[in-house]
Amino acid sequence: MPDITREEVAHLADLARIDLSDAELDHLAPQLAVILDSIASISEVAAEDVPPTSHPLPLTNVFREDVHRPGLTAEQALSGAPAVEEQRFAVPRILGEEG
Amino acid sequence: MTATTTDPVLSFDEAMARFDPVLGLEVHVELNTVSKMFCGCSTVFGAPPNTQTCPVCLGLPGSMPVVNGKAVEAAIRIGLALNCSIAEWCRFARKNYFYPDMPKNFQTSQYDEPIAYDGWTEVDVDGTTYRIDIERAHMEEDTGKSLHVGGATGRIHGADHSLVDYNRAGIPLIEIVTKPVEGTGAQAPQVARAYVAHLRDLLLGLGVSDVRMEQGSLRCDVNLSLRESPSAPFGTRSETKNVNSLRSVERAVRYETGRQAARLAAGERVVQETRHWHEDTGITTPGRSKEEAEDYRYFPEPDLVPIAPDRAWVEQLKAGLPEPPRERRARLQQEWGFSDLEMRDTVGAGALGLVEETIAAGASPAAARKWWLSEMARRANEQGVELTALAVTPADVARVQALVDEGKVNDKLARQVFDGVLAGEGTPDEVVEKRGLAVVSDEGALSAAVDRAIEANPDVAQKIRDGKVAAAGALIGAVMKEMRGQADAGRVRELILEKLA
Repeated sequence: MPDITREEVAHLADLARIDLSDAELDHLAPQLAVILDSIASISEVAAEDVPPTSHPLPLTNVFREDVHRPGLTAEQALSGAPAVEEQRFAVPRILGEEG
Repeated sequence: MTATTTDPVLSFDEAMARFDPVLGLEVHVELNTVSKMFCGCSTVFGAPPNTQTCPVCLGLPGSMPVVNGKAVEAAIRIGLALNCSIAEWCRFARKNYFYPDMPKNFQTSQYDEPIAYDGWTEVDVDGTTYRIDIERAHMEEDTGKSLHVGGATGRIHGADHSLVDYNRAGIPLIEIVTKPVEGTGAQAPQVARAYVAHLRDLLLGLGVSDVRMEQGSLRCDVNLSLRESPSAPFGTRSETKNVNSLRSVERAVRYETGRQAARLAAGERVVQETRHWHEDTGITTPGRSKEEAEDYRYFPEPDLVPIAPDRAWVEQLKAGLPEPPRERRARLQQEWGFSDLEMRDTVGAGALGLVEETIAAGASPAAARKWWLSEMARRANEQGVELTALAVTPADVARVQALVDEGKVNDKLARQVFDGVLAGEGTPDEVVEKRGLAVVSDEGALSAAVDRAIEANPDVAQKIRDGKVAAAGALIGAVMKEMRGQADAGRVRELILEKLA
């Protein structure tokens, strides 16, 4: 039976940039454990002869021609930006993790 | 803020006396496809910011990627050229992380199913051949470009905020990863450099990338670790990111060797981390501690169907591969009769293809090499560009040499012909015509000029009559001056000696 610790949930939340309070962690960790349990029951049904399925459609090699197609203008591209400077997306200072 | 933290460093020789280096090289190459990896946006370098984007490469909700078939073909050809196996079936994967240069909040990459794997290639350093085993070559997409504002140097350190341009986001990228490279000893820096140079030649030969390191279309991450002896287990490695010139690859290996050796010699541990390379000071500084693969929470990309390259297609691509760079160099050296040194200089100057085409256009190997490695190299150097960027074609060079061989121009005039060609005045023949550069072959005019020179220099003329042939130089100079250089000096000499016999 899979188990997920409170620390693991906190780590996942951190990676996903979700700010969880202690109370939320207490509340969510057991719930995630239940979800993992439910998923695990699928593995019990699938025998060795059933390969894990990532793509339900029996399709491979869907390729596009290498041709240029017009996209957005800079104005359109930047229309949803929180802030714009020098025709670029202005974003907060990059976090300490990159140096 | 420039790098002010200075780690203690052991000299390279001392480090080599005590430790054995192990290399690992990760090279990212941008493909030269017309459109991006998963959308039809242009990939042209240097466009104004954010003018080459669409909902797919901006990661807007509801957009769906479609794989660029040409990029898959290029990936397979690169894999084959590196003697890799090509996957029968493979998938893309999402590499999840939050960083503003990746607007989707994941990079579409490949994880445990690379399109090409288990290959090898060989490089030469000072007459020794090193075999480099290739772990994998996989397909992914490039990230956007960040500009850090507020810091003193535009680097991340102390930056106030960042400005992002997504023109580059989604450009097809192939990541080529070596297995640990052992047994190089003190040659490690040169082997690393030779490998990247070799990849550059190979990719150029395949025609799949511009491989311009200064524009970032070929980038190298250098992994290095040290161990007590070649039989000891691997030590802890550091990964130096974005080492973007051949010279820097060599320097980075050298620096990291010295830094790690100093730590180990002092009884300290090497920290597993990424490090930033500082081009100006030639040192590395710590970046983030390496994330674990599981932190990227890779999973198969649901929006792209698997790739199963047809075996007949793979065989066809294999049959169409160009001659490998090493074999090509060996063959050309043999054909041209170049010495090892001449060949090395030609390759080092990036002139191999140019010399080859010049010879094909009719010049002798010696003449082709002479023009490209002296006159053209000097001009390229003055303009700060690669030889291939000069406005002179191999056909032009061959034609100028033909004009010399025909006696129409001499070497001095030939250089003026190149001035004209480079200035956009037309073909060599047109420049000769427009600038009036042809040597004077009118015997009457030459003869008259020689007579005048003899008359003006009676003393010199007498010396020559007395048998001091060496004195002819002064008269030749006078004639050449009068003809403004446009005479065949050999013919002038003959005329002088005939007249004063």
